[in-house]
Amino acid sequence: MAQTPEQRVWDALAAIPDPEIPAISLVDLGVIGSVEVAEDRVRVELLPTFVGCPAIDVMRQQIAERLADLGVASRVEVDVSFATPWTSERISPAGRERLRRSGFAPPVTSVADGLDELAVLPIAECPYCGSRNTTLENPFGPTLCRAIYHCADCRQPFEQMKRV
Amino acid sequence: MSQLGPAPTELDVRAREALAELLLSVADDEFIIGFWDSEWTGIAPMLEEDVATSSIAQDEIGHARALYELLASVTDDDADRIAFGRAPGDYRHAALLNHARGDWAFSVARRWLYETADAVRLAALAGSAWEPLASLAAKMRREETYHRMHVDTWLRRLADGSPEVRARLAEALERLWPDAQEIFTPLAGEEELARHGLLPEPMRALHASWLSQVRPVLALIVPDLPAATPSIEGRTRRTDDFTWRHGQFTMVVRSDVGASW
Repeated sequence: MAQTPEQRVWDALAAIPDPEIPAISLVDLGVIGSVEVAEDRVRVELLPTFVGCPAIDVMRQQIAERLADLGVASRVEVDVSFATPWTSERISPAGRERLRRSGFAPPVTSVADGLDELAVLPIAECPYCGSRNTTLENPFGPTLCRAIYHCADCRQPFEQMKRV
Repeated sequence: MSQLGPAPTELDVRAREALAELLLSVADDEFIIGFWDSEWTGIAPMLEEDVATSSIAQDEIGHARALYELLASVTDDDADRIAFGRAPGDYRHAALLNHARGDWAFSVARRWLYETADAVRLAALAGSAWEPLASLAAKMRREETYHRMHVDTWLRRLADGSPEVRARLAEALERLWPDAQEIFTPLAGEEELARHGLLPEPMRALHASWLSQVRPVLALIVPDLPAATPSIEGRTRRTDDFTWRHGQFTMVVRSDVGASW
């Protein structure tokens, strides 16, 4: 069966790497909120991980270029939106696994709603040895969305994609 | 960024003006504290703190950018022009943000006062009837949780420090206390905001809520903080410190007016 235009757009987006952590795609990262294909235009809703993420413009540009090449519509619109807030729960299982294999601990998931001090308590699983015997060194890391940890078992510093 | 939401064209002119005033005050607060804190990049007390303060400053300027975008959609303006194209007297940040960064205790004191007040304000904004503002505020709250945790840790650490550290912290809190109230300066057209549910609670109520949260903590550090209330010119008073800061952050834009970067 032929792919729908929407499916082709999603597939194209799944091939665009995150500018800051290229191991994971924009789709696996969960920053694509929705895709709409109308007769002459395709609209992509982009949900920033952090409001001030400096990679937003790069993402927009890459999406616009990739979809223009795809030729499903003559006009490509990329709208940054907070209507659905990005949370770390939006990262797909495959995305979490790719983060881990690149040396990033995926964010802690929880059924709790909202985000209070308790929810950001320092828990991370070392992506190298799987130990939970880790300590938070700094809740602020090299980018807005990353925190720095140290593993007491394999003595390896590592980064965690922050729970937000 | 573009199209964070439709302009609230269904609002009358007075309500739109009041909304613009509200957005400008919050955006300017975030913008200016972001710039002051960014000065610690490279000179914070330790390397980890360099990273943390820089990251927080970047968050705040990012929040300001998103708020300026919303404002631009209401007033049919340009976010960059609003951020960098005004004279110092046209900024609407609270007097708390008029001061230069000072020493580390001063920066911690200011940030603690600011973050606690901002949390109260953001909770109210998250209940705004204007969906683009409510959803942005909800998103910002999740990020600010980290800021509050960070500055609260610092406040407690300094409060448990040597006599000199404690004295510097207490002195900073005392000096900043009156200007911190100005975050809750009543806005022009607040009745309009209330009528349309744009700001569900008046500034006076938010101020009372903030005081009840911070007073018990502050009492342990500065036993005799005076009663203080917001003043009418709490968001219009400007200082030489701010004029200097403004000159710094508009320097590149002014070097080639109208250039495309």
